[in-house]
Amino acid sequence: MQYTLVAWMRDKPGVLNRVSGMLRRRNFNIDSLQVSHSETPGISRMTFVVDGDERVADQVVKQLRKVVDVTAVEDITNRLAILRELALIRVRTTPATRGEIMQFAEIYRAQIVDVNAENLVVQAVGTEDKVDSLIELLRPFGIEEMVRTGRVALCRGDERPKRTKPATSIFKAAASLNGSGHGDPK
Amino acid sequence: MALAKREPKNSGYDLGPQEMTGSEMIWESLLREGVQIVFGHPGGAILPAYDALAEYEADGRIHHVLVRHEQCAAHMADGFARATGDVGVCIVTSGPGATNLVTGLATAQMDSVPVVAITGQVPTSLLGTDAFQESDVVGVSQPVCKHNYLVTDIAELPLVMKEAFYIAREGRPGVVLVDICKDVQIESGTFRYDFEINLPGFEPWPEYSPDAVREAADLLNESERPLILAGHGIHLSNTSDELLQLVEKAGIPVVTTLLGTGNIPETHPLSLGMGGMHGEAFANQAVQACDVLVAMGMRFDDRITGRLDRFAANAKIIHFELDRAEVGKNIVPDVAVVGDLAETLPAFLPQVEERRHQEWVDTLNGWRSETDEADIIQFEVEELIPPFVIRQLWHATEQTEKRVIVVTDVGQHQMWESQYYIHEHAGMLLTSGGLGTMGYALPAALGAQMSDPEALVWCVAGDGGFQMTLQELATIQQEKLPVKIAIINNGFLGMVRQWQQIFYDKRYVGTPILSPDYVKLADAYDIPAAVVRHPSEVVPVLEQAHATDGPFLVDFQVKEEVNVYPMVAPGAAVDELIRRPKPGYVQGYSGVQPSW
Repeated sequence: MQYTLVAWMRDKPGVLNRVSGMLRRRNFNIDSLQVSHSETPGISRMTFVVDGDERVADQVVKQLRKVVDVTAVEDITNRLAILRELALIRVRTTPATRGEIMQFAEIYRAQIVDVNAENLVVQAVGTEDKVDSLIELLRPFGIEEMVRTGRVALCRGDERPKRTKPATSIFKAAASLNGSGHGDPK
Repeated sequence: MALAKREPKNSGYDLGPQEMTGSEMIWESLLREGVQIVFGHPGGAILPAYDALAEYEADGRIHHVLVRHEQCAAHMADGFARATGDVGVCIVTSGPGATNLVTGLATAQMDSVPVVAITGQVPTSLLGTDAFQESDVVGVSQPVCKHNYLVTDIAELPLVMKEAFYIAREGRPGVVLVDICKDVQIESGTFRYDFEINLPGFEPWPEYSPDAVREAADLLNESERPLILAGHGIHLSNTSDELLQLVEKAGIPVVTTLLGTGNIPETHPLSLGMGGMHGEAFANQAVQACDVLVAMGMRFDDRITGRLDRFAANAKIIHFELDRAEVGKNIVPDVAVVGDLAETLPAFLPQVEERRHQEWVDTLNGWRSETDEADIIQFEVEELIPPFVIRQLWHATEQTEKRVIVVTDVGQHQMWESQYYIHEHAGMLLTSGGLGTMGYALPAALGAQMSDPEALVWCVAGDGGFQMTLQELATIQQEKLPVKIAIINNGFLGMVRQWQQIFYDKRYVGTPILSPDYVKLADAYDIPAAVVRHPSEVVPVLEQAHATDGPFLVDFQVKEEVNVYPMVAPGAAVDELIRRPKPGYVQGYSGVQPSW
């Protein structure tokens, strides 16, 4: 299952490296990682998509919190959240296909942000599923180049993470998942 | 000995803001952290700091121990820290000096030992240019540090130094490295040390949940076959006394981890000694048979758990632990009490009912009587076998009134020491448990001895590990330290040979090892030494070592192919163990093939 984690960290040189290094050496499987400024000057915000079970997600949260420059971590998987990704896709065009491509883009509320004789660039914004499905539609025309931002997430209204207090441990939930045994469920 | 929440010793030292060089700031910071001894090796990029040290050495405020290899500077700081409970400090130059530190830092970090490492770095103008003796020390050391810093601006230096000690010391202790560019050491700036530490992401002392403590007590009170598994955290939080109270009040037997050795006196009737890969069979059987396992200050390392899914399969598990990330990492507990044992144990104790668990204790004592440990320790040995040497070493040190510290290296002798030496209290044994660093013992023993010149410090090493760091004999002599050294010399990298014997069909590849004449070697360093080849020589030579004022080296030329038993094969459950072969373990052993 995919988990969405958000981490806030001090905006200092090498912090991204500290976080990515920890994820690598602890052998966590990260599907996407996105970093940007947050609303607070000096604090960056990172969004992770973690592939694994609840125990893995719990460990990623806990290990992230041990990184000294990381100020807070939240698992927002079970919150109401706006999840978005932006993709820029350069698609090969001919006079015959251009119209069809533009129609597909319109259905997906994507925009054409660059056009020339041989290709055009589609800018798509949405959930990863939506972006994936648009890409599959465009693939037969020939995708020449593509870039995706990875998932960004913001909780809705009252679901906002409370960053002042550290997340509570979810070990109990994990324990019940695991039945009577204590060991590695694999 | 507690590592917890110490006030800096010299906090009254502060004289307000002063102008000084970056180099002076380093030493002024150390003084304010109560540091009097540093272990180091100079070089180009740290020369300004060494130049400034002259003044502090001249009036005796700081003593610098010159090491012969930077790895040993880290091990010495580690040994110092383990022996005192305070932060150990090492200082080296850039490039190779700093990269040489890494093994020592990893050793300390794996075992939660507070160490601050200071490294020189090339000037800021040369950073990233592959300058002479430049290495990315922050990058290289990051995976083995709790935190680290690169200082490129003198304005940051005092705060970084203060944060470094704070992070190393507070919470679960660990290693912090501070890499300081050479020009920062030379520049002048304003030094002050009265900062409030503001690290919003650092949560060293999580508040415990009283509900979790209650739940843990309820679970324990219902137990018929409880067992405590006590780790390094007991020593780090200085809660041996509380543990003993708990054990005696609730009648709970105790198994320890390697680093938890001596958490309760091993002579106590409820002590089962060490568990895990080379723990006694009854200790591991107890883990498998208990109905509630109370793990305290330990992290369920694979060497203690064996095969995870069969570990303590009949037990509910309660995990007392300071580091939240250890909860659920290897073992998912039924109840977790996250917090400082110095707080959680006193809260737990009154809620635990007085019990005796006589039936359970009788069962365990029955298993204990089946062990053949006695075969060895009571045996009239004809050949010099390592368990006999270790047991005699214990007898010899038992008689002294001095504080005894035993520092072991890694391998067979390390396991024999934990099996046959009787540890009366936590912190008596210093050893590299997590990383398993050969070459640790000699420098760590030296660091421990530096912290307490009156202590009787025994370095116990194999012939393999000893040869990894034997250059520090010179440091012992230069510092006039009375470290006693026992080399358990069996002509093999013994533990590897044992694995080759059991798992690789006795193909001894790369394990036979030549030793120098250790008596001559010691003589070259002007260290008195003796060789022991026969059991009858052990006691007199140990007496001679103790009667000698300074250092003393003993080369115990033991029987070659002796194995450490019991043994749990890697990947096996802890009760599927290979016991000591009977009879006549001491007359030689022809090898047992495990059935899995």
